[in-house]
Amino acid sequence: MLILVEELALFYIYILNFLVVYIIVRSISFFLVLIPLHINNSYAQDCEYKLSIQVLDLHDGLPLVNATVEINELDKLGTTDFDGNVVFKNLCTNSYTLNITHEEYESLSLLVNVKKDTYKQIRLEHHLNELEEIMVISNNRNNSRTLFENKISKEVLEDYNSRSLGEVLKTVTGISSLNSGNYLSKPVINGLHSSRVILINNGVRLEDQEWGIEHAPSIDINSIDKISIIKGASALKYAGDAVGGVIIAESSREKLLDTLYGNATTNLQSNGRGGGISTNFTKTNSNGWYYRLQGTLKRMGDFETPNYVMTNTGFSEHNLSLKAGLNRIDHGFDIYYSLFSNYLGILRSSHAHTAIDIINAIENEVPHIIEDFSYDINIPRQKISHNLLKLRGFKNFDFGKLSMRYDFQSNDRKEYDIRRGDRTKPALDLNLQTHSLAFDLESKFQNNSNLKAGILARYQKNFPDPATGVKRIIPDYKKYDFSLYSVYDINLSENWFLEAALRYDFSHIDAYKYYRTSLWEARNYDELFPEFVVEDLGLNTLTNPKFDFHNISSNLGARYSISESENIFINYSMSSRKPNPSELFSEGLHHSSARIEIGDLSFNSEVGHNFSITYDSSNEKSSLTVNAFANIVDDFIYMIPIDLMPTIAGAFPYWEYKQEDAKLFGFDLKYDSQYFTNFFVGHQFSIIKGYERANDKPLINMPPVNLKNQISYNFPELNNLNISLESEYVFKQNEYPNNNFEVFIPTEQTYQLLDTSTPPNAYHLLNFASSIGFKAENGGNYKINLRVENLFNKLYKNYLNRLRYFTHEMGRNILLSVSYNY
Amino acid sequence: MKIFKYALLAIPFLYFSCNDDDDTPEPINEEEVITTMTIYLENSADASDVIMMQTQDLDGDGPNEPVITVDGPLSSGSVYIGAIGWANEMEDPAENITLEILEEADEHQVFFNATGVDIEFEYGDFDSNNNPLGVVFSMSTGNAGDGTITITLVHEPTKPNDGLDTAGGSVDIQTSFPVTIEQ
Repeated sequence: MLILVEELALFYIYILNFLVVYIIVRSISFFLVLIPLHINNSYAQDCEYKLSIQVLDLHDGLPLVNATVEINELDKLGTTDFDGNVVFKNLCTNSYTLNITHEEYESLSLLVNVKKDTYKQIRLEHHLNELEEIMVISNNRNNSRTLFENKISKEVLEDYNSRSLGEVLKTVTGISSLNSGNYLSKPVINGLHSSRVILINNGVRLEDQEWGIEHAPSIDINSIDKISIIKGASALKYAGDAVGGVIIAESSREKLLDTLYGNATTNLQSNGRGGGISTNFTKTNSNGWYYRLQGTLKRMGDFETPNYVMTNTGFSEHNLSLKAGLNRIDHGFDIYYSLFSNYLGILRSSHAHTAIDIINAIENEVPHIIEDFSYDINIPRQKISHNLLKLRGFKNFDFGKLSMRYDFQSNDRKEYDIRRGDRTKPALDLNLQTHSLAFDLESKFQNNSNLKAGILARYQKNFPDPATGVKRIIPDYKKYDFSLYSVYDINLSENWFLEAALRYDFSHIDAYKYYRTSLWEARNYDELFPEFVVEDLGLNTLTNPKFDFHNISSNLGARYSISESENIFINYSMSSRKPNPSELFSEGLHHSSARIEIGDLSFNSEVGHNFSITYDSSNEKSSLTVNAFANIVDDFIYMIPIDLMPTIAGAFPYWEYKQEDAKLFGFDLKYDSQYFTNFFVGHQFSIIKGYERANDKPLINMPPVNLKNQISYNFPELNNLNISLESEYVFKQNEYPNNNFEVFIPTEQTYQLLDTSTPPNAYHLLNFASSIGFKAENGGNYKINLRVENLFNKLYKNYLNRLRYFTHEMGRNILLSVSYNY
Repeated sequence: MKIFKYALLAIPFLYFSCNDDDDTPEPINEEEVITTMTIYLENSADASDVIMMQTQDLDGDGPNEPVITVDGPLSSGSVYIGAIGWANEMEDPAENITLEILEEADEHQVFFNATGVDIEFEYGDFDSNNNPLGVVFSMSTGNAGDGTITITLVHEPTKPNDGLDTAGGSVDIQTSFPVTIEQ
């Protein structure tokens, strides 16, 4: 209760603060108008002053020809010339009312004081009915014009609305997912994931303990209308540390019309024997006010492989988002709130404690606990809730569009593990709170160039609850970030478009952590960091590590347009990522991987140099995208096995985070073509290779080569019935680091190989998909989707599933969804 | 310009309003940890023939290795009555884990193994489902020789089972003690 009151109080403060800043923004604009008037104190009373008026379009700032300007008091009329200018001469010191009209724009009246020769710029707004079109055009603009963006459309999102974000992203060439079971999946871009992939949800960088390999992003795909994926680190407006890439999830812009629209979707699936409902509702007004509500409920039971039930893999999820605001084109604000919460069972048999448990699991191939199908979500499980509140305001000024954003995120993560005693108590209980305040400016520099710049301050606090009775894996810390960025782009000629960006990030971390004294000394920290020690408590040592990181990232990109439908994108980006809390502070047994993981306090930032080239061509009959990249990463942070460490529970593999130079290369290809009238064929291919630079040892968890092919046929006359067959072939990963270990088996006094490295075999899956649409009488429309995945019920294992030692993947799954749009 | 002053005042207010008192975090009472297993063996024919075996790892998953002690040789051709005790010595005073294991007897089982020496084990206690637990046991020694006794405490094994290899569950404790059987 106290916490709630505290939160409410904080919330109140933020609202106040928002208002204060909004007032500042307003007053700046007020001063900008007033200042010239104060200076222009006059001395003469003669009627010889000149009033020059320039009329511009409010959006693009282009001059308006043929606008009529009338001075009411004098009955004088003028028409603007090609540069939008009109001049009135011989005016006396006085205030005049101007009426400005233009056939394509809304008329405007305003008062002008003339005390000397006066110049005034006036911006006109389009008629409302045309505004809608203008906004659609400006919104379709990419985040960057020199970067090839992969997009996931609303249609694809609707087809996949019962899935997790990670699954949806896999539809994009070159993106795979790192899974822990069936539903928990993390996106992998160009072979990199976790802290190296940044997620932006409606303009807000997601802060949800993303360093954890078994932590899925806290985003409901039903709250999103569009996803853009930027491979490589080039989205410097959002982050400078995205060594892998950036995923930008957005909800669509509200229409500037008096209308009401929405969607309701129900879906059911055979595997997991569950489904979900999702609905959203938007009301917009032509005066700019709007609101939007959205909610999702999902519930699944245990998933099944072709041969057995994966006990305790069900989940439930409920999400909610609200948005309201005012969009007046030249100014506006919005408030956005979203709640993501899920309750996720983890395969019962995946709880391994020692290396021998894993050896046994690998030998058995199937989980040792298989129970009848159930909807119960027992231990082990995760309970996540993520709250996001965003306030944003913007206003167009002469110098550009200035926007201000404040956002607050609270991420609560509880992990329940199999333990003795009180099982209702989580084994991990983390609360991460993040506040950010950002100002962004977008301005048209010249007619052919733009400048974007921004400043951001962020405060973050991590609180691991000590009531768990389990050693904290991530310490208490406070983090202060400060960032500056600027992006400049220029249209050099008809064919060449260039972009350059620079970003500076400062971070200060102030952590409190109890180290085992024996480890503190074994790592030599007592000599390296004596200043961190607060108190030696015998068994443990309380420390206060403090770090500062100064990171620079930059980006240089070019687009060459061969023709309207053919483009080449070339990009170089440098990104700098500071070590995440796990890489710095880990020091002990990680139960879910049955190994001891040790971080390093002396790590510096990882720096990636990413070169990429993309060729994109599309016409009515076909489209082709080819992308190649090389990512040279200095001081790449990753874990390697060092030794076995004896403990009372037996010997554990001892893994340490290391910093070594690495290199990654990859190539993606996507080709779609149309044959005859209604027959479509699509192909996707991607290959990624990653190595340590010093010894060419392969990096772990690199996505295997995969090839997807699709044929589909469309029957426009049969309610747009679409039938397609998809084939997905995933090769065996033949390049992997050999991290296998000989483990001592005390009961037999012998050694046995712990083979956690060898990847599973290649597999081939077939999926069937179909969709059909109907018009409803009231103007809405229905869409029915039927999908069958893993059509032939194939039993297989996936290299990128962390639970592959314990279980196979899901068997056949029949999915039916009905959605209604109005 | 007054408004700017307020704004400057407001921004730090925003950032430090969420800044709680600079309290150091409280130490965690590590409940789950077992640091010590002690096995008490008494010759059923000779109450003065008592042997203690112990493994103790005071820093838990820290880098220090467990200390294993066996305080004497076993006699051949004898039956020993054994009892096992577990403790968490990270807590002060040390917590007796044996009670917890007895309470959750149906979720635990101790497994006994001998290699290199001729020793037979028999369970001396059972859980509520009449499946073996192993906190109390007996062992019969055969001929003289050197070898090891391995004692494994498993959490959540399949019960009943036919041995450690197929019992599943997860290993809480596993230690091999070097033993000598003397004539």
